[in-house]
Amino acid sequence: MAEKKDYKVVGTRPIRHDGVDKVTGRALYGADFQTVGLLHGKVLRSPHAHARIKSIDTSRAEAHPGVRAVVTAKDFPAVEDKIADLGEGAANVKDLQDNVLAGDKALYKGHQVAAVAAIDPHTAEEALELIDVEYEVLPPVIKVLDAMKEDAPLLHEDMHTDEMGEKSEKPSNIAAHFQHKQGDPEKGYAEADVVVEQEYTTETVHQGYIEPHNATALYNPDGQLTIWCSTQGAFAVRGQVSEILQIPVSKVKVVPMEIGGGFGGKINVYIKPIAAMLSMKTGKPVKVLMSRADVFEGTGPTPGSYVRVKMGATNDGRITAAEAYLAFEAGAYPGSPVGAAAFCVFSPYKVENGTVDGYDVVVNKPKTAAYRAPGATNAAFAAETVIDEICEKIGMDPLEFRILNSATEGDIRIDGPPAPRVGFIETVEAAKDHPHYSAPLEGENVGRGVASGYWPNFGMKSSVSINVTADGTISLVEGSTDIGGTRASIAMQAAEVLGIPAESVTPTVADTDSVGYTDVTGGSRTAFATGYAAYEAAQDVKQQMIERAAKLWEVDAGEVQFADGVFSSVNGKEQEIDFKGLAERLDETGGPVVGRGTADPSQPGPSIGLHVVDVEVDPDTGKIQILRYTATQDAGKAIHPSYVEGQIQGGAVQGIGWALNEEYIYNEKGEMTNASFLDYRIPTCLDLPMIDAVIVEVPNPGHPFGVRGVGETPIIAPPAAIANAVYRATGVRLKELPMSPGRVLKAMGKI
Amino acid sequence: MRAFEYVPAKTVAEATSLLAEKGDQAKPLAGGTDLIVMVRENRRQLDRMVDIKDLPETNVLSYSPDTGLELGAAVPCHEIYADGAISAAYPGLIDAAKIIGGTAIQGRASVGGNLCNASPAADTIPPLIVLGAICVIAGPDGSTREVPAEQFCTAPGQTVLENGELLVSFKIPPPPKNSSSFYLRFIPRNEMDIAVVGAGASVVLDDAKTSIVSARISLAAVAPTPLFAEEVSDSLAGKEISDESINAAAEAAQAIASPISDMRGTAEQRTHLVGVLTRRALNGAIQRVKEA
Ligand SMILES: Cc1cc2nc3c(=O)[nH]c(=O)nc-3n(C[C@H](O)[C@H](O)[C@H](O)COP(=O)(O)OP(=O)(O)OC[C@H]3O[C@@H](n4cnc5c(N)ncnc54)[C@H](O)[C@@H]3O)c2cc1C
Repeated sequence: MAEKKDYKVVGTRPIRHDGVDKVTGRALYGADFQTVGLLHGKVLRSPHAHARIKSIDTSRAEAHPGVRAVVTAKDFPAVEDKIADLGEGAANVKDLQDNVLAGDKALYKGHQVAAVAAIDPHTAEEALELIDVEYEVLPPVIKVLDAMKEDAPLLHEDMHTDEMGEKSEKPSNIAAHFQHKQGDPEKGYAEADVVVEQEYTTETVHQGYIEPHNATALYNPDGQLTIWCSTQGAFAVRGQVSEILQIPVSKVKVVPMEIGGGFGGKINVYIKPIAAMLSMKTGKPVKVLMSRADVFEGTGPTPGSYVRVKMGATNDGRITAAEAYLAFEAGAYPGSPVGAAAFCVFSPYKVENGTVDGYDVVVNKPKTAAYRAPGATNAAFAAETVIDEICEKIGMDPLEFRILNSATEGDIRIDGPPAPRVGFIETVEAAKDHPHYSAPLEGENVGRGVASGYWPNFGMKSSVSINVTADGTISLVEGSTDIGGTRASIAMQAAEVLGIPAESVTPTVADTDSVGYTDVTGGSRTAFATGYAAYEAAQDVKQQMIERAAKLWEVDAGEVQFADGVFSSVNGKEQEIDFKGLAERLDETGGPVVGRGTADPSQPGPSIGLHVVDVEVDPDTGKIQILRYTATQDAGKAIHPSYVEGQIQGGAVQGIGWALNEEYIYNEKGEMTNASFLDYRIPTCLDLPMIDAVIVEVPNPGHPFGVRGVGETPIIAPPAAIANAVYRATGVRLKELPMSPGRVLKAMGKI
Repeated sequence: MRAFEYVPAKTVAEATSLLAEKGDQAKPLAGGTDLIVMVRENRRQLDRMVDIKDLPETNVLSYSPDTGLELGAAVPCHEIYADGAISAAYPGLIDAAKIIGGTAIQGRASVGGNLCNASPAADTIPPLIVLGAICVIAGPDGSTREVPAEQFCTAPGQTVLENGELLVSFKIPPPPKNSSSFYLRFIPRNEMDIAVVGAGASVVLDDAKTSIVSARISLAAVAPTPLFAEEVSDSLAGKEISDESINAAAEAAQAIASPISDMRGTAEQRTHLVGVLTRRALNGAIQRVKEA
């Protein structure tokens, strides 16, 4: 249904509406929140990776001067073992509670065990030392393959594998095993001229958002709870807190403050229910802040994994069969993104014969959370390097191979549904035509690699309302927290419909009582789905304004036309009035105009990208330097191209970090030894070249302007692209992430 | 973090007595880029911090080609590398001063603090050692003593300083003719990391610049304290500059390293890197003499 192409606002680069607030430091984040009578909360965390909690004695802490309340898991209301639908993924409510405050067992180092509210943060910290917890330390299990062993220590003694619908007899750390199958892989391999099978491992990595989690809660005697916090979804916080504390959603109001990054990691709640419980006990507002170490040790990273991929192809470059075995660490409770990994692993390609097996496995690490295209990066690292090996064996250009094997609309995928339209061939062509791909590589120990990444994107629910202001501007109220410039890209979609400049829109991200239900800022859905709702709300405004013009001119609404921001009547008297002129005259024609729009779009439209990277590897130290980087991506329609480029660059950088150095490093006791940004090494600006982002636009038929979400796709390709480049530079294939200098030296046989 | 007392000292004597009063519960504060972080993270608890960065003696920065460098213990890195004459005379020290943390950290971080923190991975310690720095220490009784940089650290986080003692300054001899120095470290990123291995070298060459008159090599992050590779250094005296002699020194350096495995690298990776970095440090220093 994509509309006319000569847009006035869509596709331009206005200054973002929140820009001045952000660059002047005036924007208010959760940690900035202050109110009268504020108490400060601190959380006691398990020092053990796996331990039975035999007893918790809080009496000494409670008696400490300045302490106002202490909470433990005993303070939770009882819940049944039930699955709650929380918008982005369902979860077992008991697990949610247990992750917020450990019940019988502490399942990872950093697991929240108790919390204190006191008159100041130091008193609260002192009181933590006065909480006596008796632990029975148990052996931890940290890696997915170890956790899958028959004799592995069990995290949940009562957990049985969901084996394609059937429950296993023996308890196990494998929460679930599923399989997708199509065609006959054996027949496919028989037709192949080359078959490549390789094993890959990846380590746990964190989203690494700059702003740690924070929450301030105030529980009023009337039973009304308000939470001010940093989150990707105010309604998701409302839903989880309501389930965990068993209070109706109507009694919880969540006020989203500005957010300093999330990347998927600010959907799950950790300290928000704790702040609420402490406020319930004290009757005072309570603020809880995490430290960086708390964030690393206590909040959801993305899983470590073991992936095995096998693929067969003919000498002329046709994929004949493909298989993937994906074992993912869920963290302490079930729910890894292995399902998404299974969906994405071969998505760019037409695969007629294939099997995908997925295993969701619990380990003594923090429960994993979403992270930009969750699961897809782990899977693509394997599949996209296997493809590179095949291309090398059959002597085919890896871009040609991708064009030849690209899935086309309607091809049946291994997991069943038909493939939707996406510009895979177009992004590969864009990479082929880019000067980077044909530039000569200079110097020694250098290599160029490519890889692609596919993400389905999500639709989900959004609401927007628009108020017309007498000066001809509009205020736009939305429920999507703005992480990557979405105030601007949503406002622009409304402005396009109403024929007004982007600057004439004042966007506001509202609390849960002030806007209609809106799902999380995640799944690359915000510019797409909330933008869609803004489009609908603007259409509603447009219709009402047409009626006002008709009233003014005493003609039928059907006789009023609207084009390029001007209302006109052609049939009766020739009359014209622009949006601003009409806005000034609302009082004469019936009072305020409020538009509303909701969306739950079913065709989010996948996004796909192709990355090209040049690396240099120091043969003596094993260190990889990224020399040049180009990322092409199908954005459908880039509403604000700068923010699309920003997403592509940011995603590529996070993928580069994952490829090169990021990992949770554990000791034998299951303790993370690098819980700081000093030793958890995200790339700095000295580690990166400028990322050249190339926007390809194949409109998404499921959006009025053709938008596809773009935020997640760009993280997927970098590890595989870099591994392929490292192979060209060194002759060695890296099969472990991260490709840190020590691992590279080892793979090169230098140590 | 526990509450503590902050006292800015006005004289060396006041500083040492403020320190002595509290024994091991007091610590000098220079730039604070180690100390404040540790105290805030509860890795160290104190009753008192004695601020020593306003003392004239700890802020000296004076160089002459005849007497060498006098460097106050609290002088921040950026002041050192902003001085052209010092940068030309002691390039190895500048290599280190320029890579500690980043610009903001270098505005505060001192060489004295870097040494007294006694991290095995500290970046300025190998250059201090290869440049033959002498540490001038003041005691609570008004006494002073001098300790060579290579003897200053005794264990991770431990030094020869007794309670109440203060490092006042460094004396670094003037660079001999045909000499230069070099420091480099290996880190996985290009900034904001602690050395996986560090190596410093200073060399004095003959007039023809074809052989080594004397050399000093020092290694970081491969032993409980920064190492002075004395025998390896001595073995280079009189050797012709060649891949062979440099490689032999690099191998000998590997033999004396006793690294551990931790989150920054494995022991075998570190041992391998000792060879690589010793070679690069020696070649770097030699190259600087040749280019001078
Ligand atoms: C972000 C960041 C990055 C860093 N990067 C690096 C790096 O790349 N390389 C590196 O080596 N270090 C690094 N450091 C550590 C630190 O910056 C250096 O060790 C710095 O040189 C310490 O100097 P300071 O003046 O800040 O010392 P302070 O923190 O003031 O003191 C350090 C220790 O020395 C003692 N002390 C200080 N002065 C004296 C004195 N005159 N007499 C006796 N005792 C004294 C203090 O009591 C304390 O125990 C980094 C630190 C941070 C926070």
